[in-house]
Amino acid sequence: MDERKTAWERLTLVHTKGRPTIRDYIPLIFDGFTEMHGDRLYGDDSAITGGIAKLNGTPVTVIAQVKGRDINENKACNFAMPLPEGYRKALRLARQAEKFHRPVICFIDTPGAYAGIEAEERGQGEAIAKNIAEFMTLRTPIISIVLGEGGSGGALALGVCDELAMLENAEYSVVSPRGFASILWKDASREEEACNIMKITAEDMVRLGVAEAIIKEPLGGAHNDLDKISENIKEYLSEKIPEKCKKDIDELLKARYTKFRKIGEFTE
Amino acid sequence: MGDSKTLDNFFDVVKRRFNGNKTEEDDRETVKCPRCTSVILLERYEELHRVCPNCNYHGRLSCPERIEITVDKDSFKELDSTMISCDPIEFPEYPEKQQELREKTGLKDAVVTGTALIKGIPAVIGIMDSRYMMGSMGSVVGEKITRAFEYATENGLPVILFTASGGARMQEGIVSLMQMAKTSGAVKLHSDAGGLYIAVMTDPTTGGVTASFASLGDIIIAEPKVLIGFAGRRVIESTIRQRLPEDFQLAEFMQEHGFVDMIVDRKKMRNTLAHLLELHGYSVKEG
Repeated sequence: MDERKTAWERLTLVHTKGRPTIRDYIPLIFDGFTEMHGDRLYGDDSAITGGIAKLNGTPVTVIAQVKGRDINENKACNFAMPLPEGYRKALRLARQAEKFHRPVICFIDTPGAYAGIEAEERGQGEAIAKNIAEFMTLRTPIISIVLGEGGSGGALALGVCDELAMLENAEYSVVSPRGFASILWKDASREEEACNIMKITAEDMVRLGVAEAIIKEPLGGAHNDLDKISENIKEYLSEKIPEKCKKDIDELLKARYTKFRKIGEFTE
Repeated sequence: MGDSKTLDNFFDVVKRRFNGNKTEEDDRETVKCPRCTSVILLERYEELHRVCPNCNYHGRLSCPERIEITVDKDSFKELDSTMISCDPIEFPEYPEKQQELREKTGLKDAVVTGTALIKGIPAVIGIMDSRYMMGSMGSVVGEKITRAFEYATENGLPVILFTASGGARMQEGIVSLMQMAKTSGAVKLHSDAGGLYIAVMTDPTTGGVTASFASLGDIIIAEPKVLIGFAGRRVIESTIRQRLPEDFQLAEFMQEHGFVDMIVDRKKMRNTLAHLLELHGYSVKEG
């Protein structure tokens, strides 16, 4: 692993044009992905995709945030910033997976949940809260992988899982570094400074108990070798999914609760 | 609008100001309502438990003030009263800032939890205090709320939380974000065990707190005119590049859009809570 990169350099890399998105990965990791649309309540959100596919012959439910590879694709998927109906679609598909005993694989790649009038009107806060609570007791294994950016509650809504993996250059944060600088210093231009003090890299996540694994990227970043990075992701999933599926579901749920229960630093 | 005492006093102040002989007290004594901008004498505002006599905006209460008007006298027993936060991401000046706030507010962090009686009915209560880093949720808020729900689950008690928060605590980074999962998980287990949870949203309830335990109440009550939302007004305005209407994200807006069960005046809160507890089969503790 290239240890010398700063958090800012990694964020820049994640923002590089050509960084693979979930649309690139799905055909290389899974077979026969069949997309499902809509939350059955309001609409279909283009920033979150979901459906059923096979991983090494076993049906799994895939839920993912969708980034675009260029400006047109990004406009079409709202720059991977989901609306409440995206989170509600995710929950619907997760419950469907639970019913049919399929493991759930979530791919996180968002700067954050969409901040806008319609998002507030349709209950962005409620949608995220509901996912977090329901995923905690979903009676099927859940693995989440952060592909690029994991920003705020908008990422956590797909991040309550049995095990979290980070791509080597991916970052996970309480809010985007830009938002952080804007909130704390009222100066969004101090983004780089914020980025480097926030502790948001894959290694930080493992150290803080947020992530369990780091998936190695090809030299220079995921965009340099799509086949290789896809293979690495698939290898990780091929090991973890059967491992989690073998576990007793009540034990798995207890471990899932404990994973989050123990995060926090305080004295009494 | 009908509060003549406030208005008379107010006109006295205005008259003195107009005549150029305002006293120092005139400057100190008034507060401006953040909703209707009317000027209220502080003394009167406090008498009204910080409710604007003009527009009925329900202002921010400190934790001790909230306990006093909500639970039976001397019934509050605090849980986890000595817990204080560490510095998980070694954020510059965070420990010093906390020390300063602890001295200034007498609080250990942004939430106080405990058990209490409401008209004789036992409940677990949590009260957030916006004076402490805008009620933001870091390790201590997350842990205390989680423990409050776990305690309630073990003891078959209902939970009432008064939420007031700007969201996740930036100074604890990703650890703050994870408190959303921790608290929501504990709420879910309490719910699955059949426990009643009433969330009372007070000013302001936003960000990561709205996107976790605040929105998970079986019953969600809001105080009039308080701010409730996920994204901040400034963030939304910069995204959409236009000014938002004044009533955007107020309690009434949230009720209209289906996210709040009822809006309850502060003076009726205690009775409403006792009534709801009783409707769910929780009864007065004997002896």
